[in-house]
Amino acid sequence: MSFLKINNLSVNYIMRKETVFAAQNVQFDVSKGEILGLVGESGSGKSTVGNAIINLIDEPGKISEGSIFIDNIDIYRDPKTIKTLRGKKIGIIFQDPQTSLNPLLTVGEQLIETIQTHLNLNNGDARRKAINLLEEVGITDAENRFDNYPHQFSGGMRQRVVISLALCCEPELLIADEPTTALDVSIQSQILELIKNLTKKRNLAVILITHDMGVIAETTDRVAVMKKGILVEIGPTKEVLGNPKAEYTKSLVSSVPPTNKKINRFNVINKIDNQVNLKILNRWKKKELIDQNLIEVKNLKKSFHDGIFSESSSKDVIAVDNVSFNIKEGESFGLVGESGSGKSTIAKMIVNLFKPTSGEIYFDKVCINKIRDKNVMLKFRRQIQMIFQDPYSSLNSRMKVYDIIAEPIRLHNTLIKDHELKDYINNLLESVELTKKSAERYPHEFSGGQRQRISIARALATQPRLLVCDEPTSALDVSIQAQILNLLKDLQEQLNLTILFISHDLPVVRQMCDRIAVLRYGKLCEISDTENLFLNPSNSYTKELLDLMPKIESIYETR
Amino acid sequence: MQNQNLSFINKIIDSDIFFSFKKSPTAIISSLILVIIFFCSFFVEIIAPYNPFDPSSLSLMDAFTPPSWSEGGTRNFLLGTDGQGRDMLSTILYGSRISLIVGFSAILFSLILGVALGLTAGYFGGRYEMFVMRITDVQLTIPSILMALLVDGIARGIISRELHDQMAIYVLIFAIGISEWPQFARVSRAATLVEKNKDYVSASTIIGVSNLMIMLRHILPNILRPILVIGTIGLALAIIAESTLSFLGVGVPPTTPSLGTLIRIGNDFLFSGEWWITFFPAIFLVLLAFSINLLGDWMRDTLNPKLK
Repeated sequence: MSFLKINNLSVNYIMRKETVFAAQNVQFDVSKGEILGLVGESGSGKSTVGNAIINLIDEPGKISEGSIFIDNIDIYRDPKTIKTLRGKKIGIIFQDPQTSLNPLLTVGEQLIETIQTHLNLNNGDARRKAINLLEEVGITDAENRFDNYPHQFSGGMRQRVVISLALCCEPELLIADEPTTALDVSIQSQILELIKNLTKKRNLAVILITHDMGVIAETTDRVAVMKKGILVEIGPTKEVLGNPKAEYTKSLVSSVPPTNKKINRFNVINKIDNQVNLKILNRWKKKELIDQNLIEVKNLKKSFHDGIFSESSSKDVIAVDNVSFNIKEGESFGLVGESGSGKSTIAKMIVNLFKPTSGEIYFDKVCINKIRDKNVMLKFRRQIQMIFQDPYSSLNSRMKVYDIIAEPIRLHNTLIKDHELKDYINNLLESVELTKKSAERYPHEFSGGQRQRISIARALATQPRLLVCDEPTSALDVSIQAQILNLLKDLQEQLNLTILFISHDLPVVRQMCDRIAVLRYGKLCEISDTENLFLNPSNSYTKELLDLMPKIESIYETR
Repeated sequence: MQNQNLSFINKIIDSDIFFSFKKSPTAIISSLILVIIFFCSFFVEIIAPYNPFDPSSLSLMDAFTPPSWSEGGTRNFLLGTDGQGRDMLSTILYGSRISLIVGFSAILFSLILGVALGLTAGYFGGRYEMFVMRITDVQLTIPSILMALLVDGIARGIISRELHDQMAIYVLIFAIGISEWPQFARVSRAATLVEKNKDYVSASTIIGVSNLMIMLRHILPNILRPILVIGTIGLALAIIAESTLSFLGVGVPPTTPSLGTLIRIGNDFLFSGEWWITFFPAIFLVLLAFSINLLGDWMRDTLNPKLK
């Protein structure tokens, strides 16, 4: 007997120029005690469906067709029903625990408020219930933590509080919209475990909306795959991921970086996947690889001064603490760690955006962090380029793509002629698989993956030897991620680039890197060859990380 | 070439800003009024029925003619005449030209000064930023009219009397400009602080682009929107400030009257029944400032996605 039943649901957003069909004839049901995964890339309409269930669709969106039954009650026939049902029968967990709690109220006040809106309890009873809930979601010392403010909890703990809020009124349906996307791997697995336990214990029907196939594989019983508002495939998780029938699901599954082996390239379906044609090689003075260290980092340390008025250094935040490593020429070196581990800070010191507090960085045997002369510095700048995480902020939205790519070329080659420049830019665009026409357009006309390609083209324009990639694909969908990673691999191979690859995503790092360094709280835990690290990690923290990462392969194993 | 122009026009018509413009009656009406006022003021020699500064066309016989529709008015002088027989409509149009020139120049002056200081302060930070921002704090405690009066007073002390009438307009521009720049500095500093932490600025730094070029080519175009908005609202303030100063008698001399000067002249006749001499310039000023403000409000709403 299914608890939630969605029939033929269509949601339209009527915009000025076009109507966006966010969901089209979506149909599925969820039973009690079951976790249904709703998976899809950005814009697939997975959140729209979730919002439709709780009637939270923003203007100008509208449910144009279909019906939603909860416990055999059509919740859309009467708008009053949904108000009584929302919160009472349906609990919601949002993505970002930073913003879904009110920072001005204590956790206890928020819980009691929610409890009392829905249940007729006096203050004492409500308080007791709230404390019980906090204990249930795994907050230790709930009695004392009750009067704390949200900022006194860590990200994972805060998400637990959000879950306890969702559970306040004994809901029977729980909708979790990307509940772990903002969290680190180790916390993610705890939260998912909690959701799984609650589902069993309370006999909940759960809809888990996510883009992460690993999370789907490890958590859900059944999965629904969505693409551009259409439900492509639905079925038991094991079947859908293990033996996908729809073409789209196949490409989605093959784009996910496997955690248990290293593959040469990702299979990209629906796209002619040829090796990039590199006309830029004509201009590129390709260097023969010499077996030497390109980058040597020695005892690097960076601390940030906290507060303007305190002169003492006792309150300094130490972001990077005594880190040393070498990168060989032509190697791809991975820097892995959770948020706050200092990996981006190291990257910014290597590209000379930050000055280290102490320690040295040698590039080609020259200590680059002590160069004062601007012209000498410029020579090194040319050789070290960076690709950023967020493709939306890394391009100046007021400049045409042509000017964005031309800027570094003109700067480092002031004598270049206009037609030569145009040729070079066309070749660069071609090498990142963009058309010549892209040059005349502005960044906002491109998708995230295409912007990241422009970003790569800009980085390649100065013919660098070292490319620092700071989470280059974590803002992208899996299928796009696969394309970008393939591109980076090809470029590295053909241009003999050295890559410093920074990521929190272990499967991705496994596919990209020859050697990996694991960071935690600014300290180096372990440096090892990739295969060695994944097969027999020596450091306990590395082991923990590897155990906790969601594995898409887990569906093949019997549970 | 023409094709390109056409596609550019199409792009504007197709843009979201134009769309919200079409949907906002206040924006349409206020910009219509502004276009008419600007047009009339800048082609005043062609449009105005008389040249009020040509003594040969003046006749004291015409003095104090009331507006054409009231008793004693003639069709020759639509809005009546002042005490010297000058046609009110023509004087207002000539006066509004001076008001607009002073307002625009003053706001341009304070915009350039304020943005230059705010942008560099936000970009470089440190002691320099502290210094610049404290100056703006101090200046914001002084009312801008007082500041303008002070500048005018000093200028009078330095410049000789004969020169003063010629220089009056420049002194006025400087006085208003210097009293308006802190808000430009504040807004552009705040916007710069947001922009300079974005990755595209880091990317340019890594490429090796110089600080000056990063500020001019990368940050400035991205912070222009809020600056344009406060610039528009500032323009209304500058025009009013000009009128206030002229009304107080420290602005442009009566030989080349601005709107404020006209109101002051008319003020003397208000109690003797010749209300139109002060009423029409005043109404004109209100209309001008009000339209600019409405347009500025609309711009702030459309250009700032956070307010939607």
